Amino acid sequence: MSDSRLLPLLFLCFFSLFAVTANAQPTADDAALEQRLNRLSQELRCLQCQNQTLADSPAGLAEDLRREIRAQMKAGKSDKEIIAFLTERYGQFILYRPRVTGVTYLLWFGPFALLLGGLTLLFRYIKQRRDSISEQPLTAEDRRRAEEMLAPSGKETA
Amino acid sequence: MIPEIGQFALTIALLLALTQATLPLIGASRGHRTWIALAVPTGQAQFVFVAIAFGCLAYSFITNDFSVLNVATNSNSQLPLHYRLAATWGSHEGSLLLWALMLALWTAAVSLFSRHLPEEMVARVLSVMGIISVGFLLFMLLTSNPFTRLFPVPIDGRDLNPLLQDPGMVVHPPMLYMGYVGFSVAFAFAIAALIGGRLDATWARWSRPWTTVAWMFLTCGIALGSFWAYYELGWGGWWFWDPVENASFMPWLIGTALIHSLAVTEKRGGFKSWTVLLAISAFSLSLLGTFLVRSGVLTSVHTFAADPKRGVFILAFLVLVIGGSLVLYAWRAKQVGLGGKFEVVSRESFLLSNNVLLAVAAGSVLLGTLYPLIVDALGMGKLSVGPPYFNLVFVPLMAPAIFLMGIGPLARWKKASLPDLVTRLRWAFVISVLSALALPFVFGQWQALVSLGLMLAIWIVTSAVVNLRERVRVTSGQLTTFQKLRMQSRSYYGMQLAHLGVAVFVVGVTMVTGYQLEQDVRMQPGDTVNAGGYEFKFNGTTNVVGPNYQAARAEIIVSRNGTEIERMHPEKRNYTARGDVMTETAIDSGLFRDLYVSLGEPVSGGAWSVRVYYKPFVGWIWGGALLMALGGGVALTDRRYALAARKEREARAVVKTPEVPAAVAASVQMEP
Amino acid sequence: MLRYLVPLGLFLVLVVFLAIGLGRDPHVIPSALINKAAPTFRLPQLKDPAKTFSAEDMRGKVWILNVWASWCVACRDEHPWLFEYARSGAVPIYGLNYKDQREDALAWLGELGDPYVLSAVDLDGRVAIDYGVYGAPESYVIDQNGTIRLKHVGPLTPDIWSQKVLPLVQDLNRQGVTK
Repeated sequence: MSDSRLLPLLFLCFFSLFAVTANAQPTADDAALEQRLNRLSQELRCLQCQNQTLADSPAGLAEDLRREIRAQMKAGKSDKEIIAFLTERYGQFILYRPRVTGVTYLLWFGPFALLLGGLTLLFRYIKQRRDSISEQPLTAEDRRRAEEMLAPSGKETA
Repeated sequence: MIPEIGQFALTIALLLALTQATLPLIGASRGHRTWIALAVPTGQAQFVFVAIAFGCLAYSFITNDFSVLNVATNSNSQLPLHYRLAATWGSHEGSLLLWALMLALWTAAVSLFSRHLPEEMVARVLSVMGIISVGFLLFMLLTSNPFTRLFPVPIDGRDLNPLLQDPGMVVHPPMLYMGYVGFSVAFAFAIAALIGGRLDATWARWSRPWTTVAWMFLTCGIALGSFWAYYELGWGGWWFWDPVENASFMPWLIGTALIHSLAVTEKRGGFKSWTVLLAISAFSLSLLGTFLVRSGVLTSVHTFAADPKRGVFILAFLVLVIGGSLVLYAWRAKQVGLGGKFEVVSRESFLLSNNVLLAVAAGSVLLGTLYPLIVDALGMGKLSVGPPYFNLVFVPLMAPAIFLMGIGPLARWKKASLPDLVTRLRWAFVISVLSALALPFVFGQWQALVSLGLMLAIWIVTSAVVNLRERVRVTSGQLTTFQKLRMQSRSYYGMQLAHLGVAVFVVGVTMVTGYQLEQDVRMQPGDTVNAGGYEFKFNGTTNVVGPNYQAARAEIIVSRNGTEIERMHPEKRNYTARGDVMTETAIDSGLFRDLYVSLGEPVSGGAWSVRVYYKPFVGWIWGGALLMALGGGVALTDRRYALAARKEREARAVVKTPEVPAAVAASVQMEP
Repeated sequence: MLRYLVPLGLFLVLVVFLAIGLGRDPHVIPSALINKAAPTFRLPQLKDPAKTFSAEDMRGKVWILNVWASWCVACRDEHPWLFEYARSGAVPIYGLNYKDQREDALAWLGELGDPYVLSAVDLDGRVAIDYGVYGAPESYVIDQNGTIRLKHVGPLTPDIWSQKVLPLVQDLNRQGVTK
């Protein structure tokens, strides 16, 4: 799993992974497949539930679908094929990550466009504002009063 | 009898709120002193009666009065006392009453702590809050009465949903609502300023503490909700971008922008119309959240049972309040004036950029939450928008905002120099980047996203250190460093603490997302499993009986390097009243990691399927949020609020006494 | 000046969508199989397990496939209406017994009556997945070519029957068999 070869010895024991004494059997037969199943089903919606992923839901349909997906993964189907299988039957609703199609352009590109637009507007606004506000230079009287206030006196100032 | 008193009290509260909403507002514009003077007493009296109503409902729950429909549907005689109390707000009707109570509480608070403000302002603020109160009280009395009776009286109630039978239920909703509803104060101040035409630095100084307190409560409320989901739901998730979660997060984002914007308005008189718009938006999002949760337009585990009639009422209310305030904004905002001038590179512009990022983030969350509704409304089918979308969009938006957190506080007001900033911050930057690149190796595996997250977090800290050092250096006088540190304002330390909270939060999210370990195993008594350097040994289960449930309680012995460090007891509970089956996870929390165990299903032969997690730094998520709230609290105690308040109160006291001739009064209030 | 109206404008657009949303049900998921071929299957029959039933058997006829189970509470509500529809003889109704135990299913039909021409047994729900079933009861109107023309989720109420299902069935029958 880990490609890193730079484990300092100090932290080796702190964060070691599998030791030889463990003997509990994993619930799943194939750990790597389960991980893949978990990752995919985290992105799929349980249709019987009130907004839960297929991975976390205890509902009957969710179990059936997880079983089905597992079987298809074992049979060598790719994630894309499995998603196609599910959307053919359940529609786009089952995907928590909406596909990028005409209908969802606004969804996927909206935030970025909004950000660019917002920053552009901001930039232009600041410049226009800066040029439009004219400030009176400080009069001699004002300057004297300001210096009086700023001078460190013995008194308490707010 | 008690429920009828409660209903009667609500009616009285409504009448008081109606008075509070109308007379002072009109009086402030016409100069009717008596009508203006009505604001404070009606506001406080309304609070008393809403509190009485709430007390009556709570009493009905505590005494198991099942003749009240709400109690029968949400409680049970076996339910422990504190959960019977929490069940008061466990339903749509009850939580509405909590909303109204919080609003009345804030109203009373405003009426008590505003003696230094001009009367017309206070009158307008309380009137606007009164309008909101009228809406909620009317909504309750017309469509969602918590005191409806039930005949024949059932012997026992349906019990509170077991998911809600948790300490989280006792604290999370009240905290959350205090925050949600608290933004109504900033909203009311904004509306009052638009009506009165006076919007200046002083107004910002008045609004700021109220906004900060509401923001603090909302931060705690959201953090509590997240923590509750984490330990309750059994798979260790802490944020799902569920519509109801988003409904509380959007006001938080805008509230954060508002706090920063108010800082500028207070110090430099700038951003006035933008600040007003933010104040309106923050509370509007709170109201929108109320609509989304109760109208049935969105699917969520949190939504209350939907009734189209309720949805229509709330929508109409939204149109009136938000629409009305935006009309007022469109009409009066341009008269508000511009404030001080500033350059393209200045602290003001950095803060404005922060605002843009936060606003776009909030907008994106809103877009994602409502998109299924929009697509369906346009007849283009049904789709889902979930965590993959939100995570993909939100994180890139927040990263620049976090990066700006390091630069903004160092930039000068009005005009800053980019080369100067680069020079001052270059070491902070280098240290952040280098340590962020190196640290993941220490934890076992390099991941790009982990490095990015750590870099941002360390950047916040290093730039804060640079800032602090500069401040100390610039503070004049022959003093020790410690003395100079003490001289910095609480407002400053509040900011640093809150920003530190963000850094801690980012570390938590980054580490747990990058390095969490999970084991899903079948365990016979005596079996062991390893995760993260810890060994978990399953010691079988025993049967236990709780107040309203029966459970299988497992014992897990946790050891490290052969020494036992902890025993954990996850449970599988069967709640007798509703027949629900619930997993109680066992969590061993540590400063740098959580060990998380949850029981799955029993398998033949006394074995169970068990899920074991090693979650590094997960506690830093909520620790960071707590620090943020604490930062807000520290900033609140800045002396200048109390000082200014006292001076204004004294000035106003002099002006109020009619016998003192105007000339004498003028000479007394000269001191700046 | 105009830019101060933008927030109000955006809000009003939002309100329109929310208002429309109030009239929609977010829980109802439209079928992805409308106007597509009904997925093939061959399942044992409930009352006579030696015999099988397949969607192909129904070619040339308009028929309704109703997904039901003895553990499904809403199916009980739907049952008397199904009886009426079956008795009217407008269209044959076939059942798909979904993830049920044979004894429970037979007992259920025995107690309430059997409106179905026959019921096919989908023990593990695999065929139901092919049909996009996510909760019983669900009903499909399938035409003479084996194309799904309508899907209804939830009990088949008399309103839905008279306003949607019956007109469709009559329409399809009138058009007759094509190709």
